Amino acid sequence: MRSNARNYYLIPYLAWIALFVVAPIALIVYYSFHDIEGGFTLDNYAKFFTPVYLKMALSSFWYALLITLFSLLVAYPTALILTRTKHKQLWLLLIILPSWVNLLLKAYAFIGLFGTYGLANALLETIGIGRKQILFTDFSFVFVAVYIFIPFMILPIFNSLEEMNKSLIHAARDLGASDWTTFRRVIFPLTLGGVKAGCQAVFIPALSLFMLTRLIAGNRVITLGTAIEQHFLVTMDWGMGATIAVFLVIIMALIMVVTGQGRGSIR
Amino acid sequence: MNPAGKRSWSGLYLFVVFAILYAPILYLVVYSFNSGGTMHGYEGFTLEWYGEVFSDVRLLIIVLNTLVIALLSSAISTVLGVIGALAIYRVRRQQSRNALLSLNNVLIVSPDVVIGASFLILFTMIGLQLGFISVLVAHIAFSVPIVVLMVLPKLQEMNPSLLDAARDLGASGWGVLTKVVLPVIRPGIFAGFFMALTYSLDDFAVTFFVTGNGFSTLSVEIYSRARQGVSLSINALSTLLFLVTIALVIGYYLISLRNSRPAEGGQSR
Repeated sequence: MRSNARNYYLIPYLAWIALFVVAPIALIVYYSFHDIEGGFTLDNYAKFFTPVYLKMALSSFWYALLITLFSLLVAYPTALILTRTKHKQLWLLLIILPSWVNLLLKAYAFIGLFGTYGLANALLETIGIGRKQILFTDFSFVFVAVYIFIPFMILPIFNSLEEMNKSLIHAARDLGASDWTTFRRVIFPLTLGGVKAGCQAVFIPALSLFMLTRLIAGNRVITLGTAIEQHFLVTMDWGMGATIAVFLVIIMALIMVVTGQGRGSIR
Repeated sequence: MNPAGKRSWSGLYLFVVFAILYAPILYLVVYSFNSGGTMHGYEGFTLEWYGEVFSDVRLLIIVLNTLVIALLSSAISTVLGVIGALAIYRVRRQQSRNALLSLNNVLIVSPDVVIGASFLILFTMIGLQLGFISVLVAHIAFSVPIVVLMVLPKLQEMNPSLLDAARDLGASGWGVLTKVVLPVIRPGIFAGFFMALTYSLDDFAVTFFVTGNGFSTLSVEIYSRARQGVSLSINALSTLLFLVTIALVIGYYLISLRNSRPAEGGQSR
């Protein structure tokens, strides 16, 4: 077509893509084949398949899975209830509002909340359980991560619930389905797109968390993200860091392919 | 269970979710007024920590840096993003358009640690010194795709006969762009700008990688202070930031409200 011949807009845009999308990926791959001295090597990949790194990758996966699962368990009922409230757009806005607060501040707040004399421990004491070490445990890490990711899980589920044809629910009821059957056989399958999108939006960032592992988990948990940060900024072994980054990108791409870029995932 | 009982249970559930969502923020705000100096054991009301924030020149410079970076990067990335959206819009072949969109989305779905690390390599390779410029460039780079995604739907909603009409009436390419296209897609441009602004203000991971030694943004500063333990001036600062966030959200909400009105008039719902 006529306008296709002179699409000058493409020049700056393609320049941006080349410089900040293609080049960084290429550089990460390039560095993953080089050691600290800059010589070509496959050692980084060999090292990744040693028990140390595989164990780290597995535990990173495990935590991300837990975080995604708990987010889903909390988010789905919340989204479902939200769609049935009056002023649901306002409630939704209120759910999203905390996600606009700087991530670091929320993490910092939990240092106070979960501290030895913090609110959480004060509550435990009044119930009669007594003070516990909450901060710097696996529990606090998963809890805070779920807290941070929950709006990103609620939003796509809420949207898919809203898009669903409501008359299907009435139809199920009329045909004598119980609430639970209606949910299991009608509502949940129809909102699977939103669930997948939400899981994507939580699982991938959960794999790469590194700030929370330091502030909340007190370096007890090492995720792939923490390892990358460690290699790039502490030990300066960029090659190994890049190798882990390559694996993270591959895992991410795999997850995107497996969960499918269905209708829900575009938003 | 009767409907009323069910409703009260779901109300309770929602209440608990909201309580947990807002507890940390309120906790920070409440203790920013604590004269005790710790985040437990409320002793008395004080504005001491706010005074400390406003007398901390280093912190104020960092706040200023953060704002300058956010405004500059979102302005520049809005321009680039609009150009990008126009570029994608003009590509007629479905395949190339999809390819461009996929490339566009790479930075949105990539883990920020990977983005940070790869930008660090890139800047080191180019020889760009880490500091203000590197942070600015990184923020522009990761904000562009968001703007593209906000603007592109508006372009696709635009009635193409508007363009034909403008050309038939003798408008130049530039005239069509500034008099027809840009006004039509303005809601998308504003939304993109706001999203870029919040992404920039909120970013920690990417900035942390490319910030170098001398330069710092608020997120990075809070991180390094939080690692040293609790200090209530961070609480005071976060209260102020929370107020700014709410103001931004209200602004964004009002803009989207104004945007949705004409659209609703056009489409019968």
